[in-house]
Amino acid sequence: MIGLDESLRSLAAGFGFTLSFVFDDYDRTLFLQGIAYTALLSVASIVGSLLAGAVGAYVQFRGFRFASRLTDLYVQAFRNTPPLVQLYFFYFALGPTLTSVFGASQPVLSNVTWAILALTLYAGAFNVEIFRAGIEAVPRTTVEAAEALGLNQGQAFRRVVLPLALRTSLPSLNNNLVNLIKTTTNAYAIAVPELLYASSQIWSENLNTFEMMIILLVFYMLVVGLFSWAMGRFERAIAVPGWGR
Amino acid sequence: MSKPGCARLRLFVAIVLACAALPVSASEGAATPSSFATLIKWLPLLLKGFAIDLGISVASMAIGTVLGAVVGVGQISSRAGVRRTSQWITQFFRNAPWLVLLFFCVLLLPYHFTVFGFSIPFPAWAKGIIGLALPVMGNVAEVVRGGIQSIPSGQWEAADALALSRSQTLRLVIFPQALKRMLPPWMNVYAVLMMATPLVSIVGVEDSVTVARSVLAAEGSPALLMPVYGLVLLLFFAYCAPIARCTRRLEARYAIA
Repeated sequence: MIGLDESLRSLAAGFGFTLSFVFDDYDRTLFLQGIAYTALLSVASIVGSLLAGAVGAYVQFRGFRFASRLTDLYVQAFRNTPPLVQLYFFYFALGPTLTSVFGASQPVLSNVTWAILALTLYAGAFNVEIFRAGIEAVPRTTVEAAEALGLNQGQAFRRVVLPLALRTSLPSLNNNLVNLIKTTTNAYAIAVPELLYASSQIWSENLNTFEMMIILLVFYMLVVGLFSWAMGRFERAIAVPGWGR
Repeated sequence: MSKPGCARLRLFVAIVLACAALPVSASEGAATPSSFATLIKWLPLLLKGFAIDLGISVASMAIGTVLGAVVGVGQISSRAGVRRTSQWITQFFRNAPWLVLLFFCVLLLPYHFTVFGFSIPFPAWAKGIIGLALPVMGNVAEVVRGGIQSIPSGQWEAADALALSRSQTLRLVIFPQALKRMLPPWMNVYAVLMMATPLVSIVGVEDSVTVARSVLAAEGSPALLMPVYGLVLLLFFAYCAPIARCTRRLEARYAIA
């Protein structure tokens, strides 16, 4: 490790290629913390958006009149507005308003929580549409067969429709979740110390913008590549013969 | 625009207005009309900011489409080197976060060019347009490749039998047919771009979000927070929702099954 540190230091001194986050303790802590926050934002909002998508799709599947309309409104509103402005609306407008409504002296929710909430709702809106398309791809006869076997609507949804719908929606789900991971960088705007924010702190101190940019691009390439690979594995592992392609 | 779309828009407007009223009722004294009047006062400026977003998105889309068409055709090139390079370019720019690419262009491109001794300034908005055009290029390249490959191989064989060269086949047979299928996904890319355009405010280009923040700073009234940001959301919604509807209708019309 000492050898690597030394050679990277000399690389910085000799060629002006400064990977300070490897040999500088302070920068390393910042960088690793950034990765941790990016991971937290990604995992939390992926789980949240999957739940939001499943609930929304279930509501529309059952055809509850008012709830369906509400879900539709939610989907349209979040699909057709910029995620950055949504984030600003939540953090800068809704946050202070809630704080004043509750009469709290401290902000009710932290910026990390707002970022997770905004990303969850944004990606969740797309997931509702994706799951709905998957559910529509399940043949009507399959649902009728499930009902003929004595399953009630909830059971039919959980045990028959959802497992099949999940399989058809995996490719578009992968696209949306990759997009969500990329969108976590938006949290930079409300000073969540995720990787882009941490990197910007590092490059403003060390003036190594170019190096950090390369590292950032490589990092996201790797994460997205790894995620898509894992989703591909998952897709093949749960494939049902004769269903889908 | 058809009626259900209008109804949805009206409902959305109603909700935004309700949001605007909420903080007013929370902070006792202030009356709704004053908050509304303030919004009207700043509306022209906010619209100007939105127009900048529109301009940036159109310029990025134009540049990204031209570059993306070249890279997309490159992806099905008969030369392995060109094909592989194009595929790498596509994957790279599709998988990189928009904001990182935007930072890359705005921070690392020079402030001015020197051509034949003339110094041409290179402002932040121009760099922002390029920064947004890069991911558009990657996405359009994929749309073009998908569109071309969706044409049945019989078309290629028929063109071959008519002794058309590869470029003639592409130009005269494949492209005219593929264009129709590329239109809906291309519009989707535009919608995604429009959603990403406010990111330029982070790297110091003045757009609707910058204007919104200036308005809030000038008024200094917490009761205006929700109405102003709500209005920006509404502007984007009013522009993007009809495009999305149109895309869905085209998709349905061009569906193969």
